[in-house]
Amino acid sequence: MNCDICGKNPATVHLTEIIDEQMNELHLCEECAHQKSAQMEQQFGLGDLLGGLASFEKPAMEKESAALKCPKCGLTYGDFKKIGRLGCSQCYVAFKKYLGPLLKKIHGSNIHFGKSPLKAVKVARKKVDLQELRNKLQKAIELEAFEEAAGIRDQIKQIEAKAAEGKDMKEEKNADQ
Amino acid sequence: MQINDLLNRTSEWLKGTGPNSEIVISSRIRLARNLDKIPFPHWAAKKQAEDVLQKIEQVKAEVSYLKNATVFRLADLDTVDKQFLVERHLMSLEQAQKKNSKAVIIDDDEVVSIMVNEEDHLRVQVMQSGLNLLEAWNIINQIDDRLAKELPFAFSSEWGYLTACPTNTGTGMRGSVMLHLPALVMTSQINRVLAAIAKLSFTTRGLYGEGTQASGNFFQISNQVSLGQSEEEILNNINGLIKQIIEQEEQAREAMLSREKAVLEDRVNRSFGILKSARIITSQETIELLSMVRLGVDIGMVKDIDLRIINELFIITQPAHLQKLENKKISSQERDIKRAEIIRSKLKI
Repeated sequence: MNCDICGKNPATVHLTEIIDEQMNELHLCEECAHQKSAQMEQQFGLGDLLGGLASFEKPAMEKESAALKCPKCGLTYGDFKKIGRLGCSQCYVAFKKYLGPLLKKIHGSNIHFGKSPLKAVKVARKKVDLQELRNKLQKAIELEAFEEAAGIRDQIKQIEAKAAEGKDMKEEKNADQ
Repeated sequence: MQINDLLNRTSEWLKGTGPNSEIVISSRIRLARNLDKIPFPHWAAKKQAEDVLQKIEQVKAEVSYLKNATVFRLADLDTVDKQFLVERHLMSLEQAQKKNSKAVIIDDDEVVSIMVNEEDHLRVQVMQSGLNLLEAWNIINQIDDRLAKELPFAFSSEWGYLTACPTNTGTGMRGSVMLHLPALVMTSQINRVLAAIAKLSFTTRGLYGEGTQASGNFFQISNQVSLGQSEEEILNNINGLIKQIIEQEEQAREAMLSREKAVLEDRVNRSFGILKSARIITSQETIELLSMVRLGVDIGMVKDIDLRIINELFIITQPAHLQKLENKKISSQERDIKRAEIIRSKLKI
């Protein structure tokens, strides 16, 4: 098997990432893998390395993604790439597979921590996220996918740190009053 | 309220009364919100965009901050009116350019404004004088909660508020602080500061937001990331960054005062002199000279002039404001004369 980037050298580095039950595989030669990771480290920082790789589209994938159409408003992913704007809220569902990595690339994260129209949802959501991530971590360790496991572990740490910070802030606010 | 009523008022955020107002002009927060399943404005049919506008007009009365607010439909406004609202920071340049079912809702004291059918269905904005993001958040959060009770906002528990452009997804929030940094510019330290800001994923823009150049030593700094952090976290980060920049500007001012006081005095007083006596002046020159006088007021070199007058002058000397004051379209040469006249009358001691 040849490298997904240069197509010349044999692929010796294999990356697998699971996002929303979707498995993305990337096969790279040593040289391209090295370049790719150096590039991404510089641009996004280590934590985003996996997210960045997932958004790397193979030519075949690009064709497939461009034709993808939102059933609600008719905008295609190709349209979105051209105009830079989505058509409606349902586009986020239709293009989920591609938007997840893209959001991560833009914001360094693709999990919302802010307010919600229904406040109660927020607290419940964080708990679910953590549980999901812990399950994923367990699976990754069982499969000996250590690189992926490290990424998930960092994500969990981040969420936990944020939860602690949130508490501190609330306490501070109360102390102010 | 009519557009012309705004002319004789000073916007709340221009009063120069907020925290750190010697360096910070204003703090602004905007939230991007969309109605679920209705195409975003650029992709919506005429009828759909009109429906969005009507829905918002209906629920406006439910929001206490908007009880006395007025809806201005862009289709009803002429070019000068539109530019006038942009100059007052009540609306973006983008909103002024197209008109299908676009509107801007403005409350009496110009603290709250809502653009309808800009890039997103709703762009809610709250402005405060000085460094006061927390108060701005407090107000906008209440407005948003109330609107959310009436309108089905597009929201995903995973990705937050869903916006037309993925760069706003998540909180849909942009917090911006307008800074006046003359000493950092004069001591050639500004590029170092701006580079550091960019590294921390904040953006710097000019007086009028996206796509505008920084002029007259004014810089608008805002967050770039809207997903993965809570609103409070984002605002705390901006606050922390702004405090550091304020410190740097203060240090630069002190250094100039101790090392080159005469140079500084000369520049401030020359600028003041020109403004007080010029008979013809462009808006660019006005901004640059006013910037120097503002610095003079901040460091006590220019006395008997209120910050509020200076802040106000920045706005009322803009082209559309001058034409509104004259109540007719006037050429740019005529404006330069009128501008000089207004400045002289306001700076009379």
